[in-house]
Amino acid sequence: MSEITLTIVKVLFLALLWLFIASIVSVIRSDLFGKAVPNRAGQQLNEPAAPARRTRRQRGRPRRVAITNGSQSGQSADLVGETGENAVVMIGRGSDCALILDDDYVSTRHARVVLGEAGPYIEDLGSTNGTYVNGQRITAPTSLTLADTVRIGKTLIKLET
Amino acid sequence: MSLNLSDDRAVIIVPRKRRNVELFLVLFAAAIGLAAYTIVSYNVTGEIPTVLPWVAGIWVGMPVVVHAVIRWRLPYADPVLLPCAVFLNGLGLAMIHRIDLINSPPTHGATQQLLWTGIGVVLVIAVIVVIRDHRPLQRFTYTLGLAGLVLLLLPLIPGLGVEIGGARIWIRAFGLSFQPAEVAKVLLAIAFASYMVEKRDVLALAGPRFLGIDLPRARDLGPILCVWLLSLAILVLQNDLGTSLLFFGLFVMMLYVATERPGWAVLGTLMFAAGAAFGYLNFGHVRVRVGAWLHPFTNYDEYGQIISAQFGFAWGGLLGRGLGEGRPGLTPLARSDFISAAIGEELGITGLFAVIMVYALIVERGLRTALACREAFGKLLSAGLAFAFALQVFAIIGGVTRLLPLTGLTTPFMSQGGSSMIANWVVIGLLLLISHQVRKPIATTVDLEASPAGRDTRSASAETTELIRRPA
Repeated sequence: MSEITLTIVKVLFLALLWLFIASIVSVIRSDLFGKAVPNRAGQQLNEPAAPARRTRRQRGRPRRVAITNGSQSGQSADLVGETGENAVVMIGRGSDCALILDDDYVSTRHARVVLGEAGPYIEDLGSTNGTYVNGQRITAPTSLTLADTVRIGKTLIKLET
Repeated sequence: MSLNLSDDRAVIIVPRKRRNVELFLVLFAAAIGLAAYTIVSYNVTGEIPTVLPWVAGIWVGMPVVVHAVIRWRLPYADPVLLPCAVFLNGLGLAMIHRIDLINSPPTHGATQQLLWTGIGVVLVIAVIVVIRDHRPLQRFTYTLGLAGLVLLLLPLIPGLGVEIGGARIWIRAFGLSFQPAEVAKVLLAIAFASYMVEKRDVLALAGPRFLGIDLPRARDLGPILCVWLLSLAILVLQNDLGTSLLFFGLFVMMLYVATERPGWAVLGTLMFAAGAAFGYLNFGHVRVRVGAWLHPFTNYDEYGQIISAQFGFAWGGLLGRGLGEGRPGLTPLARSDFISAAIGEELGITGLFAVIMVYALIVERGLRTALACREAFGKLLSAGLAFAFALQVFAIIGGVTRLLPLTGLTTPFMSQGGSSMIANWVVIGLLLLISHQVRKPIATTVDLEASPAGRDTRSASAETTELIRRPA
């Protein structure tokens, strides 16, 4: 290869390297701001591609325990396992809990939500500050519906379908 | 994650999936690697290699498969990580191939390295498909920590460990040599992260105040002392400066991130300085490294390798000699420890800076993931992995360019060596997992009490779709 083609190939290759970096940086730049979606009530933000598997599920049956206030709002844990078996959702500050609350008023293993034969119920596990269902401190396992609000420490928790 | 939750009527910002962008960048990065391979072959042998279609098929196929798995399992993962890794891996392979061609007959280092890349790719897919979520890893704090320590000390077992170039950091079994410290790096990063998530409250308690810095309480010094002694043991028993620096640095940095107390960082730096001074006074090889750093040109016989690397950089200059046109083979270990010198010679400082830039981008994405992460374990893990990556690149490229004394660390994704390759691919896999968890929209459904007619007003799709909504 002649000297001049050699130099051209060399410079072009270096230009290609920096073009790659420039395109990555431009991706990062647009990524910082995300995609803006106008927020109208009830609008779906994800594509609604509901897989056939999911539509077969019973409607109105609680499937998730979710946090509804504060900085952890939206975090949830599944009450129903992948294969359809009923799981127990442990709530607390400990790392082995399914729903880990970052809340100073919560015990390590505070309470658990179980999906039993007759529907979901919540059980306090001897916590220091107690578990409240609709404002009432519970002393025994209490059944839950979708309308009930559970308060643990400063955190509000609801069942979701 | 930037979520504008302050006003109902304002627009909501959802992170984009950006999977098509990732595919484009992956193909771009793979094309750069392929171009480098072709230019090297043409410039050295004068002809386009006949195996080019095969190489192209395998080389482009592997990252595209990883991309497909990400599309399937981690649709919200960071789109930049995989292309950056492919870029570095491709340039490294081309450079190893270039050094293969110096020997006659040509050696097969690049083929071997491509095989290791394949194993790395399989491991990334395994991480994505099998682990899926990084949070359960938190349960295995002590198991992973112990496994990491055993791997670190494995080369000391007589018969299994082998000594190459004075350092005893390899093991040899079934004809393959392996550097277990690279894998231990990943395991210990996970173990440190989950340990500190548990203990950070205690570790953050302030002890005596000295020169305006809150030092930790004496009784909490146990863990840092243990890791310090361990890294000294690696220095003494395995003669390896790099591994010892990497582990201690990783631990101290994660302590600092977990507790937000500068006292730990100051203390760690002082302890490392003490360890380094001890090494300098007691070990000949540390003195050689420091000598090669401060005054290399005084003794050609002893410091020949680093001198040769400096000549390579000078010969490369601003734009380099061109791929296949330099003489990187003059530097010993040009395909492993000194691959950045080979890059600097053939691609010049322009090319070397491009490579460093891509490393910086990977680190930036790791730290960005840590910043956006909403739970402590993921935050610490991605910050730790990104920092270990940065420290490793800084130590080795800094060593080769004489910014620091040379440490025998590997250049991630580039230097020849299987253990480093697979460990770094697993790091990328873990960062992808965490970034997917961080970037996916918060999942909640419509508030039942808020909708007046109750459940019946909800459409079937609303039930199965994750909506973002203003918190109560």
